[in-house]
Amino acid sequence: MGKGRRLRVMVAKPGLDGHDRGARIIARAFRDGGFEVVYTGLHQTPEEIVEAAIQEDVDMIGLSSLAGAHKYLFPRTVELLKERGADDIVVCGGGIIPDEDISLLKDAGIKEIFTPGTPLDAIVEWVRENVKPR
Amino acid sequence: MSSVFNPKVFTEIEEGYQKWDKKVKEVFASRAERLKRFSTVSDMEINRIYSPADSKDLDFGKDLGFPGDYPFTRGVQPTMYRGRLWTMRMFAGLGSARDTNERFHHLVKEGQTGLSTAFDMPTLMGYDTESPRSRGECGKCGVAIDTLKDMEDLFDGLPIDKITTSMTINPPASVLWAMYIAMAEKREIDRKLLGGTIQNDMLKEFIAQKTFMCPPEPSVRVITDTVEFGTTDVPRWNTISISGYHIREAGSTAVQELAFTLADGIAYTEKAIERGLNVDDFAPRFSFFFNSHLDFFEEVAKFRAARRMWARIMKERFKAKNPRSWWLRFHTQTAGCSLTAQQPYNNVVRTALEALAAVLGGTQSLHTNSLDEVLAIPTKEAATIALRTQQIIAEESGVANTIDPLGGSYFVEALTDRMEEEAFELIEKIDDMGGMLPAIERNFPQQEIADAAYHYQRQIDAQDKTVVGVNKYVTEEEIPVEVVEIDEELERLQIEKTRRIKEERDNAKVKDALEKLGDACSGDKNVMESLIEATNAYATLQEMCDVFRKVFGEYRDPGIY
Repeated sequence: MGKGRRLRVMVAKPGLDGHDRGARIIARAFRDGGFEVVYTGLHQTPEEIVEAAIQEDVDMIGLSSLAGAHKYLFPRTVELLKERGADDIVVCGGGIIPDEDISLLKDAGIKEIFTPGTPLDAIVEWVRENVKPR
Repeated sequence: MSSVFNPKVFTEIEEGYQKWDKKVKEVFASRAERLKRFSTVSDMEINRIYSPADSKDLDFGKDLGFPGDYPFTRGVQPTMYRGRLWTMRMFAGLGSARDTNERFHHLVKEGQTGLSTAFDMPTLMGYDTESPRSRGECGKCGVAIDTLKDMEDLFDGLPIDKITTSMTINPPASVLWAMYIAMAEKREIDRKLLGGTIQNDMLKEFIAQKTFMCPPEPSVRVITDTVEFGTTDVPRWNTISISGYHIREAGSTAVQELAFTLADGIAYTEKAIERGLNVDDFAPRFSFFFNSHLDFFEEVAKFRAARRMWARIMKERFKAKNPRSWWLRFHTQTAGCSLTAQQPYNNVVRTALEALAAVLGGTQSLHTNSLDEVLAIPTKEAATIALRTQQIIAEESGVANTIDPLGGSYFVEALTDRMEEEAFELIEKIDDMGGMLPAIERNFPQQEIADAAYHYQRQIDAQDKTVVGVNKYVTEEEIPVEVVEIDEELERLQIEKTRRIKEERDNAKVKDALEKLGDACSGDKNVMESLIEATNAYATLQEMCDVFRKVFGEYRDPGIY
């Protein structure tokens, strides 16, 4: 895999949360932004997400949660990546996440959290700048 | 024929319009019009002015009439808010059954007139708290319910024989309804007296809200069981809340929300008739649930068009004879997706405007969002402000002094007609596909919604649509808001509670009841009685749902974007 190849990004919906409007829009924006996109669909366990991420050889996982379970689901995903020796996959997240929880999530290894109102282009730019092909 | 407008006025209007339009164009020749495009939040373009000429064919008898008269454009009941205000029904649920019971009591004390239950993700998806899939989710977005005991705790001390209860629950709606009925009967309340609603609308789950369990066909079969059970056993209960709210939240336009909701209603009606039920026996207990979004007049027009359209569908398409079958009665929730995390106090204003639109649209029941909805589960204080919003509209604004105050507005009547026309076009498209079930299988509504959602986001990012505090009037200043935190201990306590119940119950009875449920599912026996039996034996939610999953199979999100 050379450095010049397109970034492979995964957009994932961990847990039972079914709010997928944002995740699907971001997946489209990533596709329009020139990335190769893997969208997991809903109701994925952290185990399923990590397995798929490794199988699909992605460079980044974007986790989306709007039902309040991010404090468990996001760090668990990072933990599993470590266990599988795949913690060079960048993890970021977004959704309904109160400001108070952001530092907790970052401490757990989530590189950035995109809260409601973040323009799509800003997210795409962030990925370009912060995620490199593995 | 009873034309609302005198045909003679149209010539005068045409002449006057030409003169006015000339003046307007002169002004805009030297100075640009305020915006490039004047459109609703759904991107429906709006004219500079409306006059009688925009509703030339408006017929008083055919299109408007009086409230309580077909086609009910002006309201389903003759007296509307002059007789009784809309039900103030605040959607609430957090943590344990006891926590939510406390919130219910608070809201009732502060003046709400109906109960509405929000469940947590495991409950919504038919899992017990101890399921590995439920890890981290207990009580986070609503109340955790595993057994009948939780239901008993949830409604402890509340007068459910006098007040109606709505439960926002879909794949396991039949199970939660069985729990509610069992709980009421333990309190010696006759099921025939129970009033309330179960959302129980799986079609919109596949389209928008995405709480899944079993595939579409068996899901609709179970819904039809509940509709039938309602006609025989729980006649005051609204067995389906045919919903557009979630379709709108997923990003649809107002026309799509209207069309897809009514098309879902058509599908449920057809299935119930196929079952052998008489339309006039069940249609009076179909209720609806709409979104009230930011564009004020678009929403008012949408609600009025909805009533007229459903009346026409019921009378002309399904030949319903009972006038109550023609009534579109609806609950409204203000648009969650319109609220911002930035400058959260602005959300109080958004909710107020959206609530006002719902009232002017003639809603039967209303939930107003809290200002902190975008951040977390609402605090008690934020929920109280939202309730006060309704009370101020009801008691101080004067809008409830007269029925359908916006009736006769040239703009509103023209917009109502237009919404009806465009929505019927979309319904026809769905009919051509064979109805909502085939349309869902083809991903038609899902794709329409995804496209509309993406289009809207792009408009915001390009500043073609303004969101105050987000892409205009932005401040760097952080505005702190108190946020609810659900106790992480709750999950462990809830798991313990349910385990104890499982140990103490008669497990032979449970096994027997679950077998009977399985037989009902595999055959064509109505599932409700076996559910009530299993519930009374303290079978858990997941134990009952696992029977559904075993017999009917499971549905997985196709992951289209």
